Amino acid sequence: MPAEGQQQTLNGAARRAQDALERAGRATIDGISAFGYGAALFFESLFWIVRGRSIRQPVRLSMVFEEMMQIGILALPIVTVLSLTIGVMLAIQGIYTLSLFGAESRVTVGIALSVVREFSPLITGILVAGRSGSALAARLGTMSINQEIDALRVMGINPVRFLVVPPLVAMIVMLPALTFWSDLVALFGAGVYVSLDLEMSLSAYSDRVIEVLTVDDLLHGLGKSVIFAGLITLVAVVNGAGVTGGAEGVGRVTTRAVVQSIAAIVITDMLFVFVMTR
Amino acid sequence: MVTATGNSDRPVLVEVEHLVTHYGTNKILDDVSLKVHEGEVFVIMGGSGSGKSTLLRYILALSRPTSGTIRVLGRDIVNSRPSELYELRKKIGVSFQSGALFTSMSVGENLILPLREHTDLDRKTMEIMARLKLEVVGLAGFENLMPAELSGGMLKRAALARAVVMDPKLLFCDEPSSGLDPIVAAAIDELILRLRDALGMTVVIVTHQLESAFEIADRMVVLDSGKILVTGTIEEVRNTTNERVQQLLNRRVDVHELDPEAYLKRLTGS
Repeated sequence: MPAEGQQQTLNGAARRAQDALERAGRATIDGISAFGYGAALFFESLFWIVRGRSIRQPVRLSMVFEEMMQIGILALPIVTVLSLTIGVMLAIQGIYTLSLFGAESRVTVGIALSVVREFSPLITGILVAGRSGSALAARLGTMSINQEIDALRVMGINPVRFLVVPPLVAMIVMLPALTFWSDLVALFGAGVYVSLDLEMSLSAYSDRVIEVLTVDDLLHGLGKSVIFAGLITLVAVVNGAGVTGGAEGVGRVTTRAVVQSIAAIVITDMLFVFVMTR
Repeated sequence: MVTATGNSDRPVLVEVEHLVTHYGTNKILDDVSLKVHEGEVFVIMGGSGSGKSTLLRYILALSRPTSGTIRVLGRDIVNSRPSELYELRKKIGVSFQSGALFTSMSVGENLILPLREHTDLDRKTMEIMARLKLEVVGLAGFENLMPAELSGGMLKRAALARAVVMDPKLLFCDEPSSGLDPIVAAAIDELILRLRDALGMTVVIVTHQLESAFEIADRMVVLDSGKILVTGTIEEVRNTTNERVQQLLNRRVDVHELDPEAYLKRLTGS
C-alpha cells in the first residue's frame, strides 16, 4: 500500500509533527462533539419542560425546588461574604486609582457600573460553577459508574428529564437571583467604605448609585448570569455523563467541569460585553 | 436447536437472532441467538470477558447492535421508537450487578420511584406495595435506610425488590449472587425462585457462577468470547461434547505450550 511505504520514509520529526496534528484534530472533534451533545441536552430539556406533562412524564416540581435550595439558598452565606469583600476591595482600589487624578468623588459611578455590569455576575457565576457545577458533575459521574443511569433508563425514566432539567431550571432561576443579591451586598460594602473614607453619608452614596444606574445596566448583568447558568449546568452534565474509570474518573470530570465552566463563563462574558456595548 | 422439556410450547418472551455487536472496532458478540420461554429460569453463563453482561445490555435496549434482531415480549426493540419502548419497560424488572440503587434516596423511596412514575396510586398505597416487596425479599422494616448503610447481601435483595415492585412479566438479573459468601448467595438464588413462583415471572440471569446456574436454571446458554458454545437444559449442557464447555465446567485451566525463547524475549522486553 502506498501509504505504508510513505510512513516508513518519514523521519522522526515529521512523524512527531504528524502525531501532534492528529492529536489536535481529535481534540477539536471531541470538543465539537461535546458542544453538540450539550446543545442537544439543552433542546431535549426544553422538550421535557414544555411537553413532559402532556405525555404523562412531567418534570417534578419538588426536584426543581430541591435543586433551587441547594444551588441558591444554601449559597447565600458565601455569596454574601464574597460580595461584601469585593465591594470593599473595589472601593479601596477605585479611590486609590482616582486619587491620582484628584477625582475620588467620582468613585461611586465606577463602583456602581462595574459591580452591576461585570463583577457581580462574573464572581457569582464562578462561585456557583465551583460550588454547584462540581457537585452536579460529581453526582452524574458517580451515578453513571454505579449504573444508576442505566437503572433509570430500564425503568422507563428518561435521565435528561430526571437529572438534567431540575438543576437547569433551578440554576437559571437562582443564579440571576444570587447575582442581584450580590449586587446589593457589594454596593453596600463599597458604600460603607466610601462613606468612611470620603466622609460621604451613606444616603448620599446610595442616591448617587441610583442616579447613575439604569435598568439597562441591571439587565446587562442579569442577562449574562442567565447565560452563565445554562453554561454551568450543561458543562457539568456533559462532563459528568462522559465519565470513565471509577472514582478517579469522577474526580477528573469534576475538575474538568469546573475549569471548563469557568473558562466558558469568562469567554462568554467578553463576547457578551463586546456585542452589547458596540 | 435443542429445546427444554415442558417449556418449549410456551410463548417465547425474549428472542435474539444472529446478534452481532461491536465496541469501537472490536467485535464483542458474534452471531448470538437464543430464545427464552415463558415461565422458565434462563441462565446466560460465561466467564469474564465472554460478553454476557454486554448481551444483557443489548436485550435491555441500552445500546444499539451492529446487526441482528432482538424481540422482547413480542416487540422488535432494535427498530422501536422510545415511546414504544416506554410501555415495554413497565413490564420488565432489572436487578443490576451492584444493585444500582439511587444513593440519594432511602430504600423505600427507591422502591416507590417506579410506582410514582408509572402509576396514579396514592402515597399510602405505594408505601404498602413497597413494604410488601421488602417483606418478600426479607428486608422488612429497612425502608428508611440509605443504600450506603446496607450490606452486600441486603443490597442485592433491595435491588431485587425494586426490580419486582411493578410485578413485571420478565425479570433480568445481572450477577445476582456474585460477591457474596456461599450461604448468602444460595439464599439469593432461592429468593429468585420463590419470586418466580409467587409472581409468575420469567427470569433471565447472567452469571459466571457455576453452582448457582446449575442450581436454579431450567435452560442455559454458555458464552465464550462472544460466541455461543452450547444451549440447552442443565443435563444437555453438562453432557455436551464441546471441549471448551467441559473445560469451563470443570474449571480446567488452559495450559499453553511454553516456548522458552519467546518467554525470555517477553521477560527482557526485547
